[in-house]
Amino acid sequence: MRYNVFSLIRNSFSGHKNWEPAWRDPEPRKEYDIIIVGGGGHGLATAYYLAKEHGLKNIAVLEKGWLGSGNIGRNTTIIRSNYMLPGNNPFYEWSMKLWENLEQDFNFNAMVSQRGVLNLCHTDAQRDAFARRGNAMRIDGVDAELLDREAVREMYPFFDYENARFPIKGGLLQKRGGTVRHDAVAWGYARGADQRGVDIIQHCEVKGIKVENGKVVGVDTNKGFITCRKLGLATAGNSSETASMVGMRLPIESHVLQAFVSEGLKPYIDGVVTFGAGHFYVSQSDKGGLVFGGDIDGYNSYARRGNLPMVEHVIEAGVAMIPSLARVRVLRSWGGIMDMSMDGSPIIDKTHIQGLYLNAGWCYGGFKATPASGWCFAYTIARDEPHKLNAAYRLDRFRTGHMIDEKGQGATPNLH
Amino acid sequence: MTSYRLGKGGLVDRSTALRFTFDGAPHTGLEGDTLASALLANGVTLMGRSFKYHRPRGPITAGAAEPNALVELREGARKEANTRATMIELHDGLVARSQNNWPSLNFDIGAINSLASSMLVAGFYYKTFMWPKSFWEKIYEPIIRRAAGLGAASKLPDPDKYEKSYAHCGVLVIGSGPAGLMAALAAARQGKRVILADEGSRLGGSLLNEQEEIAGQSGLDWSRSIIAELASMPNVTLMPRTTIIGWFDGNIFGAVERVSDHLRVPDPYEPRQRYWKIHAGRAVLAAGAEERPVAFGGNDVPGVMQASAMRCYVNRYAVAAGRSVAVFGGNDSIYRTARDLKSHGIHVEAIVDSREDSRGDPGGVPVIRGALVADAVGGKAVKSVHLTDGTHINCEAVAMSGGFSPIVNLACQRGKKPVWDAKLLAFLPPDNGEAFTTAGAAAGRMLLSECLADGAAKGAAGGKPIDVPKCRDEAFAIAPLWWVKESHGKAFIDYQNDATARDLPLAAREGYSDVELAKRYTTTGMATDQGKLGNINAIAILAEATGRTMDEVGTTTFRPFYTPVSFGAFAGPFTGHHFQPVRKTPLHDWAEEQGAVFVETGLWMRSSWFPREGEDWLAAAAREVLTTRGAAGICDVSTLGKIDVQGKDAGQFLDKLYCNTFSTLAVGKARYGLMLREDGIVYDDGTTSRLAEDHYVMTTTTANAAKVMAQMEFAHQALFPDLDVTCVSVTEQWAQMAVAGPKSRATLQKLIDDLVMTDETVPYMAALEVTIMHGIPARLFRLSFSGEHAYELAVPADYGSMVARAVCQAGEEFGITPYGVEALSIMRIEKGHVAGGELNGTTTAGDLGLGKMVSARKDFIGRMMAQREGLTDPNRQQVTGIRPVDPSHRIRAGAHLLKQGDKPSMANDQGYITGVAWSPMLNMWVGLALLANGRARHGEIVQAWDGLRGHSVLAQICDPVHFDKENRRLHA
Amino acid sequence: MLIPCPHCGTRPVEEFTFLGDAAPTRPTTSDPSSMEAWYEYVYLRNNPRGPIDEYAHHSGGCRAWLVVQRNTETHEVFGAVTARDFSKAKDAKA
Ligand SMILES: Cc1cc2nc3c(=O)[nH]c(=O)nc-3n(C[C@H](O)[C@H](O)[C@H](O)COP(=O)(O)OP(=O)(O)OC[C@H]3O[C@@H](n4cnc5c(N)ncnc54)[C@H](O)[C@@H]3O)c2cc1C
Ligand SMILES: [Zn+2]
Repeated sequence: MRYNVFSLIRNSFSGHKNWEPAWRDPEPRKEYDIIIVGGGGHGLATAYYLAKEHGLKNIAVLEKGWLGSGNIGRNTTIIRSNYMLPGNNPFYEWSMKLWENLEQDFNFNAMVSQRGVLNLCHTDAQRDAFARRGNAMRIDGVDAELLDREAVREMYPFFDYENARFPIKGGLLQKRGGTVRHDAVAWGYARGADQRGVDIIQHCEVKGIKVENGKVVGVDTNKGFITCRKLGLATAGNSSETASMVGMRLPIESHVLQAFVSEGLKPYIDGVVTFGAGHFYVSQSDKGGLVFGGDIDGYNSYARRGNLPMVEHVIEAGVAMIPSLARVRVLRSWGGIMDMSMDGSPIIDKTHIQGLYLNAGWCYGGFKATPASGWCFAYTIARDEPHKLNAAYRLDRFRTGHMIDEKGQGATPNLH
Repeated sequence: MTSYRLGKGGLVDRSTALRFTFDGAPHTGLEGDTLASALLANGVTLMGRSFKYHRPRGPITAGAAEPNALVELREGARKEANTRATMIELHDGLVARSQNNWPSLNFDIGAINSLASSMLVAGFYYKTFMWPKSFWEKIYEPIIRRAAGLGAASKLPDPDKYEKSYAHCGVLVIGSGPAGLMAALAAARQGKRVILADEGSRLGGSLLNEQEEIAGQSGLDWSRSIIAELASMPNVTLMPRTTIIGWFDGNIFGAVERVSDHLRVPDPYEPRQRYWKIHAGRAVLAAGAEERPVAFGGNDVPGVMQASAMRCYVNRYAVAAGRSVAVFGGNDSIYRTARDLKSHGIHVEAIVDSREDSRGDPGGVPVIRGALVADAVGGKAVKSVHLTDGTHINCEAVAMSGGFSPIVNLACQRGKKPVWDAKLLAFLPPDNGEAFTTAGAAAGRMLLSECLADGAAKGAAGGKPIDVPKCRDEAFAIAPLWWVKESHGKAFIDYQNDATARDLPLAAREGYSDVELAKRYTTTGMATDQGKLGNINAIAILAEATGRTMDEVGTTTFRPFYTPVSFGAFAGPFTGHHFQPVRKTPLHDWAEEQGAVFVETGLWMRSSWFPREGEDWLAAAAREVLTTRGAAGICDVSTLGKIDVQGKDAGQFLDKLYCNTFSTLAVGKARYGLMLREDGIVYDDGTTSRLAEDHYVMTTTTANAAKVMAQMEFAHQALFPDLDVTCVSVTEQWAQMAVAGPKSRATLQKLIDDLVMTDETVPYMAALEVTIMHGIPARLFRLSFSGEHAYELAVPADYGSMVARAVCQAGEEFGITPYGVEALSIMRIEKGHVAGGELNGTTTAGDLGLGKMVSARKDFIGRMMAQREGLTDPNRQQVTGIRPVDPSHRIRAGAHLLKQGDKPSMANDQGYITGVAWSPMLNMWVGLALLANGRARHGEIVQAWDGLRGHSVLAQICDPVHFDKENRRLHA
Repeated sequence: MLIPCPHCGTRPVEEFTFLGDAAPTRPTTSDPSSMEAWYEYVYLRNNPRGPIDEYAHHSGGCRAWLVVQRNTETHEVFGAVTARDFSKAKDAKA
């Protein structure tokens, strides 16, 4: 059933009793050609593009929780392609292009909203770094604008310019950046994949991976053993656990990142803004809540919840940036488990085991990557070789010294 | 307007008359009122509009879970959106406005959404607004955004203050109803340090709202005596108006004390709110239970409310929600509701009990058994109800009770899920061990006697028990009552978000049957009450729609915060200028006297330039450079990290830290050192001096001082624990100034005691302990960042400004100038010294042109990983100098480098400019760059492409040292 | 979260800076054949769900590096020793 205003009208006459399920709820078959572990954004997108771009059938996505229960449903929904390193920039820009056509592509309104992402700077050195970044974007055809303080003030007159500890000096604006309704991305991909024959199996946890003669043959799950020829791991914060099923150790640590939403407000802030003198980024959802976050708590965690020191830290930065926020109320906080890699960049690659593919290390920036990640991972799985867009995201780059380190923090995951 | 204030009773002070306005209309209320009770007393039941359909709404509750009666409180910079009228303590002069309506609360255009409501079902927006593609951002979304949201927030800086505080206690009791009071008393009488916190303005919990009898007195009087006893005990802290907002690891509780919210403006020197972190040995949650609404048609019409809320309004505030009332429910609490109302002279039309076989004392009110309220009728106020058996009852208000949900939120915030009790029809708190127990209604105790006993037991926790007073119990039995399917009108589950009972089966049908998916698809439970009222009903409806049990469906995750918390409370005083502490150097006073303009550098304020009459930053910096290079200059370099390293193995330890060698450094000498990370990338640089065989003093860059210190401590304690060495940061103990220029020696000589300064006594890279100005201990280093004959002089911090003044005086005859970081930066770029722009966390020693420093003869941090092919590739970007081909052109930091004639593209990108400076010595802009294979490309002409600023100039790659390549000045 | 610092007693988490898994041991040789061991030391982590020994710096306190035993799933803290003692115990075992 296609979604459009006519189907909506038609269904409202029948009391909405005739809507079809957005996806089936199948029992797993004994055997698939390709199994994707992880029904998050990346796993679902991978299945979608495997079916759509590569014409493959007989694919299953196994998700241990409910669909989209991982980070895809807990992030702060920011999309942007303001990267500067050659390994990253074309990949994220491809993702942005996919976002720009996504809804028509999968026939689901995910509310892709390019209201602009503005990064504030507060020192000359930061501005120089933004100039470098902005030029790296522009050189590759990505939109970027360097704003001075007055231009920032014009956009957001209610920020703190007068009384600030770290006065705002300007900012880097990517107008094509913005937000996307995160759950809807998972749902849109799931529905699109399901319509193309992919089995999406919820509450199916992979507990073991069977390898014979260096080749993947299947997975053990709480719903029994399932055979496959190719296996793609897209398990985000749980990547170390799934990789350990074949004895692999990854250049990844799991950390908790908290996020927050305020009570619903009438339009308050239009685009996405990140503070440059502390960890704080904010946007306003279409429902009116201010969605915001900051840094990871800093200790290894699988708990999906954090502690007060980071809550305070984030909100101090928020009020330092926007003094009127003091009287706004925070409604809710939550946490997600980030797959923090050793250089802050992801891995989309084959592994030393034939038929086993890895998609991991997204840190807290993997939401914006969802379309390109799925697209590239699908390519890598279908062709058994990386696409040039993900050619730099090799697992062995740490061994060979080809790190992609945007922040320059090195092998300390909690600093990325 | 007729008054709904009852003639007597209530905890309100009838001798007061508090004036307030709502939507501009003046009203009066009494001390002790909430805004909601005062409005109800004035006959105002319409207090808000719902989110999607803009339905008229009045209060459903009398407490913190209120989803409907949200208002914009106060005005101007103090305006506060979405404030629950049920929690606002009335004060004289209060100003409130309704929200989410236009043009007015009474006549709200947005209500036409109701007409389209057959289309606006759960998730409708995911299915449409996609065509034509460009319309979403240009048309649909802007309209949606404008319509969305509840109240409007102020955009003016908040004038009020906030505080943060820590508290520690043996026992934290959350909630001051009968269970909480007993728990606090039991713990307190054992001598425990007790904190009793309650979100209410007064302690007493449900005893303030109900007609109870305990120990032969009214529940209220009993509570007063217990509170008095607690208040008299030195080991007890009572915290009313304090909401426990979350339970965190280590048994730490977040709390917000609303210090001044009940006042028009805070008293002088008082904060508006105070945020607490309470470290509790153990905690007893006695937060009570929340009454569930029933999903029937029109269950949102103003006048329909929780039965418990209606009792609260009559008993506590002496306000009638209506003059005639129908009471509806499926549990025994409806009987006490009817009796309470009747005792206040309110006419109760009927009790509608969903159960056939119930027994309760109706106190003379007619009971209709086995029927349900199908619909409440009325637009902006209830007029009547229709029952499923066809009965019509005219009434002004409806009290409803679907049952009780223990307030388990806090108990479930650390990962455990609540457990369904099929008899009580409630989710009970999970077992969290001894450090966090639950008592009373929060633990599912429905009888008062049970609550008292449970509180006493949990408070005593196995220690000395206390006597439990006798009390009168209300019987309690309950049958399921979730959704009256016979309803015609909309039956709301989540009031604020307008999620209806029908949305849930629809979600299930469409595949969103997991409780978390249903929540997200229908937005049930995502309103400001976080599902406190509606979630259990939603779970029941989902369970039925999908043939699962309540347990199988389960709850969504309980998350902080228990109720919404202002940003201000979390931020406390750490905002504005106080966002981060300010570090001032010991020379700050001196720099200020010299007219310095300061710049934020991390937490430091550094002197940036010293303008003279009419100079801008560039003119000032240029003059400072010319004067320094021509005569002498003095610069504050105290922000450099200084680390004292002592011990027998100090040299060996430094050899581990630096890629070059320090154990061979002669006493009395300094050496430039380069430090790598274990991954082989450069971490930091600086000079380190050897003052004695077993004593070094290291410097780090300003930016990395703290990180380097931490890395040294790690190396020392975790990696090389056998080395006999101690290191300590002495950054703050020493004031340090660079004195540079041809006259620097002549200047300093005037201050130095005894020592005659020559190239022999103070050779290049000397590091000496001396005294100056008749005995002030000092360290004299012959170091140069500027490229001049230069020194750094360090003195104990307190002497800093005094010595800097003396240096200025000594140099006066030569025309010495103070110079700031701008001039410093010009001189370092003229000299090609690397700094932050090049030490950017991705460059190797080789990239920086410092490859020769890397020792091949010893183990040091970063040695092995630096040898990886990716880090030794000759095509890596290397530091070079760069200058415009036409000296009148300007190059800019951040411009990228392209081969001449190449089109801008990532593939053609050769590198970028890391830093530039206007060189007064060369009369042109010069810079440093990172360029692919740059060292081999000196002389090449490239494009410095700055598309971002619409700028592109030809530039020449050159040696990084732009000025005085032979270092003649250094040794002059 | 509360961390029992052997020097300072029980202190709140905000006083600490974390550096992750303390299990990897820095190789003692610079022999080219040890490259793989170095790579693993610098980059690979067990990243367990459950108990972990992790480095924590009491950066806002006594400045000692500690090894904290903690559960990454429940955040339960079992104890802490100094990194020095931890290293020495590890050496003794090796
Ligand atoms: C608070 C927060 C804010 C963020 N903000 C942003 C942002 O603003 N912008 C941005 O770009 N990114 C952001 N991110 C990051 C982004 O959400 C993630 O990088 C991205 O979602 C990860 O990919 P995914 O969607 O596939 O992950 P997930 O949704 O986590 O998918 C992984 C799935 O694998 C499943 N799984 C794991 N193990 C198994 C197993 N053994 N068997 C079966 N299934 C398994 C999990 O249940 C999970 O559903 C944020 C993340 C968080 C937590
Ligand atoms: Zn300590």
